[in-house]
Amino acid sequence: MTDDTRVLGLAGLQALIDYLGLRGYTVIGPTVRDGAIVNAPISSLDDLPRGIGDEQDAAHYRLRDRGDEALFGFAAGAQSAKPVLFPSDELLWRSRRTADVTVIDREVEPPPGPPYALIGVRSCDLRAILMHDQILLERTAADVHYAARRAESFVVAVACTDPAGTCFCVSMDTGPSPRGGYDLALTELYADGEHRFVVAVGTDRGAEVLAEVAATTATADDVAVAKRVITEASGRMGRALQTDGLKYLLYANVESPHWDEVASRCLACTNCTLVCPTCFCTSVEDVTDLTGVNAERHRVWDSCFSEEFSYIHGGSVRESTRSRYRQWITHKLAAWEDQFGSFGCVGCGRCITWCPAGIDITVEAAALRGTPSKTSQRS
Amino acid sequence: MTSLAEHDHADAAAHALAAGDAMLPRPYRVVRTRQDTRDTVTLQLEPVDGVPLKFSAGQFTMLHAFGVGEVPISISGDPTKEGLLEHTIRNVGSVSGALVAAAPGTILAVRGPFGTGWDVSDGLGGDVVFITGGIGLAPLRPAILELLANREKYNRVVLLYGARTPDDILFGDELRKWADRMGVVVEVTVDNGPHNWRGRVGLVTQLIPRVGFDPAHTVALVCGPEVMMRASAMALRDRGVPAASIRLSMERNMKCGVGLCGHCQLRELFICVDGPVLTYERLAPLMSRWEL
Amino acid sequence: MQTIEEYLPEHPFFAGLDQPTLELLAGCATNVHFNVNEVLFHEGDQADTFYIVRKGLIAIQVQSPSAGGVVVDTAEAGGVVGWSWLVPPYRWMFDARASESTSAVAFDGACLRGKCESDPAVGYALMQRVAQVMLDRLEAARLRLIDMYGSSS
Repeated sequence: MTDDTRVLGLAGLQALIDYLGLRGYTVIGPTVRDGAIVNAPISSLDDLPRGIGDEQDAAHYRLRDRGDEALFGFAAGAQSAKPVLFPSDELLWRSRRTADVTVIDREVEPPPGPPYALIGVRSCDLRAILMHDQILLERTAADVHYAARRAESFVVAVACTDPAGTCFCVSMDTGPSPRGGYDLALTELYADGEHRFVVAVGTDRGAEVLAEVAATTATADDVAVAKRVITEASGRMGRALQTDGLKYLLYANVESPHWDEVASRCLACTNCTLVCPTCFCTSVEDVTDLTGVNAERHRVWDSCFSEEFSYIHGGSVRESTRSRYRQWITHKLAAWEDQFGSFGCVGCGRCITWCPAGIDITVEAAALRGTPSKTSQRS
Repeated sequence: MTSLAEHDHADAAAHALAAGDAMLPRPYRVVRTRQDTRDTVTLQLEPVDGVPLKFSAGQFTMLHAFGVGEVPISISGDPTKEGLLEHTIRNVGSVSGALVAAAPGTILAVRGPFGTGWDVSDGLGGDVVFITGGIGLAPLRPAILELLANREKYNRVVLLYGARTPDDILFGDELRKWADRMGVVVEVTVDNGPHNWRGRVGLVTQLIPRVGFDPAHTVALVCGPEVMMRASAMALRDRGVPAASIRLSMERNMKCGVGLCGHCQLRELFICVDGPVLTYERLAPLMSRWEL
Repeated sequence: MQTIEEYLPEHPFFAGLDQPTLELLAGCATNVHFNVNEVLFHEGDQADTFYIVRKGLIAIQVQSPSAGGVVVDTAEAGGVVGWSWLVPPYRWMFDARASESTSAVAFDGACLRGKCESDPAVGYALMQRVAQVMLDRLEAARLRLIDMYGSSS
């Protein structure tokens, strides 16, 4: 945090939300719905999960009453920011067939809905957004639809003060405090004195917006408390993942009998890829109307856990669940590093929480360290 | 990860938008079709907007049949000549079935060209061995034509071609022309043949041990079913051709062709961006693993 | 005209064998020639000849009512035809026909078996070479079995 660190009270935070709305953003934040924390449009602090906390473990998610007034006293919600910037279904183009020619008539339009302001983005999810920026914007070709949504997006990150049972952002070096890539970052302080938010400014745009609401300069004490709260949170991670030599460990264990063991539990239900903030695999769906004149192509989420994912004429390359689980974890913790220069896992723990079989990525990675790595040569 | 922290997403996004949409196809009209074998057709296409497509030998396009779908197909035409876009397609499913049935005048759509090429010119001054099976001759044809446009700059040029039966041999007239008039040693073999077949029967890999080329100065370009490519690569290695001098063209499920959809991954490789042409040096450890 | 002893070292099958051994084996051999379409042997015939091809092309085929004769293998210059002479029941399983005008060296099977019995070292050397031919042919045959160029490859 720099000398530019400010502080917002509750009124100031409401003013921030109001101002963003006034500026034309659709403000998205965490809300409680159907027993879970989900992102939805918000307009008031009352929309936030005041006094709500969460209990997370393998195949276990419960909300609980904290008995206090904390607005962000929970960890990773059911979904990350991914569905906002990278929706599960996005129209790519439309075509219209006339007598002698087919016209493709969609250039990238402004994304559906006004630009998005995301409030309460956890540091793990923030890192995932930055990864998507790299993967979807800065390689051979860019995803223009993601670009359109992302270009105008405004990010208000929030530090985790109460990590959950499946969190391991510390192991993955992605949190619990947001590291850059945000417009504004909040640390909620409610235990020591007045309920307030220490605000770090990340961009000029963030500074501009913050200037419009009543933010005061942070005192040295505010900064110290914020630091302490984050340090405490770092020490309360629910899980840990040892990352040294992880890539080589996974590459070397391509034939490990351990994969059969995981496969006996994995349902290939794709829940993990659905909730993972970094997963980016998609497929395309072509639909036509009954006349066959109008057609549309959509980009839809896909998962390497589905059998058709690797289909090439005749059959699927990865037919067994065993090979598909191996593919997912090897991509996430090994190949990703060769492809993009970092691990693909941000330690949000959602895949552990939302796996119906309770399969835990940290446990599976550790299991590989336990078994001697065997590369059996097949003739 | 300081590079991510300093990252300016607005800038990257603006850049991306300006670069254009790689998922937006261009309409192409079928000008001519040619039935090559009972299940293979060559289409010649022209762009509706008139802008020709420049490609490197070995590259592919995502070819779209409206209302049916889109598949990656290698370009099979001459990269040294500006002309119609040529694709040789084998009917193996609903999309390829629609493509082989497309009559002249049909509007298809094209995205591309994508992927890495054969870079046959790396073999300049030395020997070049083309090894192919089945439909694999089609993606190699552009490299062969590129080489033949400069034939005198290469030494020995060999084409080993395996087909299922004599009826499945592609580009028969061209094979003869290359053998008779362009100084290419063309050896053809089939998996089995009818009683009046006067040619060779056997696997194309069986031709590798004895055909004449200098392993130390050879670039080998291999294209065909993966089993055939693996066996050929091993036979080439047995002859002393360095793994880095052996290039294969890989195939995987592709939905985007530009490294975004994730389908074509072979461990850390995106076949559409890092390939489809890759060296055996890179591929050997990956190809022998089951279900990788 | 080259004698058989002079030719044998040039043929890949006999590479690495010393002169005395080659002379010994040449004692079982005669030069033969087949015109186009001439039959070497029929399925079911007694198999007692081992051929090495000097020039030309031999087609190995199997007859079936609807498919006619299907050529399942060929042997060209530098190749060999036949190993049914080596082990009982000494019977050809396929037909063989010359696709081209072919010159070959034919070895009498019984004579070769006799030489192997009396000199095990020669026998072992011959077995190794036949095993190599069989290995190559079997590998190639197995790979063709999966019909990789077929519609489901």
